[in-house]
Amino acid sequence: MYEKDGEKYFVVDGHTHFWDASPENWVEGQEQYAKGWIESFYGYHQLGPEEYHWPMEKYQKYSEETMMKDLFEDGYVDKAIFQPTYLKSWYKEGFNTIEQDATLAEKYPEKFILNGRFDPRDGEEGLRQLERDHERYGIRGVKLYTAEWHNGSKGWSLKDDEAKRYLEKCEELGIINIHVHKGPTIWPLNKDAFDVKDVDDAATFFPNLNFIVEHVGLPRIEDFCFMATQEPNVYAGLSVALGALMHSRPRFFSRVMGELLFWVGEDKMLWSSDYAIWHPKWQVEMFVDWDYPEGHEYDDFPRLSTEGKKKILGLNAARLYDIEVPTELRLPEADKDTQSVEPTVS
Amino acid sequence: MTSRAEILDALSGVRDPELDEPITDLEFVSGLDIEDGAVFVRLRLPTYYCAPNFSYMMVADAKEAMLSVPGVKSARVVLEDHYASGEINAGVNDGRGFDGAFADETEGPDLKELRTTFRRKAFVSRQEKLCRALLADGLSPEDLAEMTLGDAPISGEFDTYLDRRAELGLDVSEGAPLVVDPDGNRVPREAVVAHLRFARLTRVSIEGNAELCRGLLAARYGTPGVRGKEKMA
Repeated sequence: MYEKDGEKYFVVDGHTHFWDASPENWVEGQEQYAKGWIESFYGYHQLGPEEYHWPMEKYQKYSEETMMKDLFEDGYVDKAIFQPTYLKSWYKEGFNTIEQDATLAEKYPEKFILNGRFDPRDGEEGLRQLERDHERYGIRGVKLYTAEWHNGSKGWSLKDDEAKRYLEKCEELGIINIHVHKGPTIWPLNKDAFDVKDVDDAATFFPNLNFIVEHVGLPRIEDFCFMATQEPNVYAGLSVALGALMHSRPRFFSRVMGELLFWVGEDKMLWSSDYAIWHPKWQVEMFVDWDYPEGHEYDDFPRLSTEGKKKILGLNAARLYDIEVPTELRLPEADKDTQSVEPTVS
Repeated sequence: MTSRAEILDALSGVRDPELDEPITDLEFVSGLDIEDGAVFVRLRLPTYYCAPNFSYMMVADAKEAMLSVPGVKSARVVLEDHYASGEINAGVNDGRGFDGAFADETEGPDLKELRTTFRRKAFVSRQEKLCRALLADGLSPEDLAEMTLGDAPISGEFDTYLDRRAELGLDVSEGAPLVVDPDGNRVPREAVVAHLRFARLTRVSIEGNAELCRGLLAARYGTPGVRGKEKMA
């Protein structure tokens, strides 16, 4: 919970990791890719305020104590969602698997929500694994990494028939929150790797599932926004937008926020720190203080009220994940109707 | 004899297709050597995993740009510190092409379609920038809808817009309407405001992406490229 100027914010961090990218975990013969991956992450890390930068060694592998302190003692987070990223082609035990995350999630069940993953290229066995993960961990969401390498294939699409079978299984099991990461190096390489059209397809085909596009489709934010206006079940995951731009490029951040507020709207935007890429503390503080800079270029963007910030920082995610929000942290009009936050119709 | 300035000038005509800015301004050119008409250029990018397709285009375009300079007999471009450096450098310098370099990972045709997609985005973005400037000067959206290219005052924004427009093969004659969609159709008077609204989103995307890439490149290398160094000297 974060408190500022008499206002209290319930904070759900929608995208966190507990990763191991230490050299001991690099797959033999794939060291350059494992190293390149964490170095790319480290580049993003450095776009945050300098006082929050870690040395590379700590960044490769951090402890349970570090994570618990950063999120829940210092970072104002009430509930954090774990999103796994396997990358087993490069990391022996995986970069950040559900098992790694579960070591913390099972120890602090009141603090974490554990999400799973699937990869349609795993076929029947993958479907069984999804069922087992659901049974064992009670997952309500998955993180999909369509650019992940696997047995010589360098990615997949949500449009694939195999992917549809998995999404059907999710619907059947009640895994309703589908987080999709749009990343580089997806196959085939001569197409646009960040193309979000496959999410559009899947969102139309599965109206009962929520699709949260992580990093708001950056750097294809225009394609993402255009899709999100048409699909009621598509949401914006804000991690890179805040972490990479708010501190290092504040004017651009304000333009991006303005566009997102106009096209997607404050009821469908979800904040997350993307820990340990960035620390949640400065993001929460800076976002609560945020307003458009001086200048006419921002004149016709929608304003963001305290209420809107509360939604983005936690109440929207609480709605998607059925998280119980303490009464004093809810919005006034939601009081009588449990924790649900209905979009205000203008 | 070919000068460094001539080569850098030629390279400044090569743009990052996603960011719509010259690779020299972006500080992607990290090394340049000229010896007896043989030119050798090194390129670098913001991350190890920058999309290989766009990376390939820049390497290939850089080679072509250098070969167009009078006096250049041979040109070699090497992309450094990238997960697909090997494939890309071989594809460009041995003339195997993108499909040849990544035989198992593409589905034809080569990169043409992708390039067109991003040229259209660049066109939309540059048009928005120009129109925004004209609106700030007191013109109304209705004025813009009625204007032809010949009516627009000459400016840097106008020149860039014309350049991107010509690249798409659209009409750039004086009598052609100023505000057209990427297929060249005039945007009707009542649709101009909505058209520009979406165009602005495209521009935010391209420019925001460029800012992000500049930040990542600085975090990765912390030193200026060849263009930046020669400007300081």
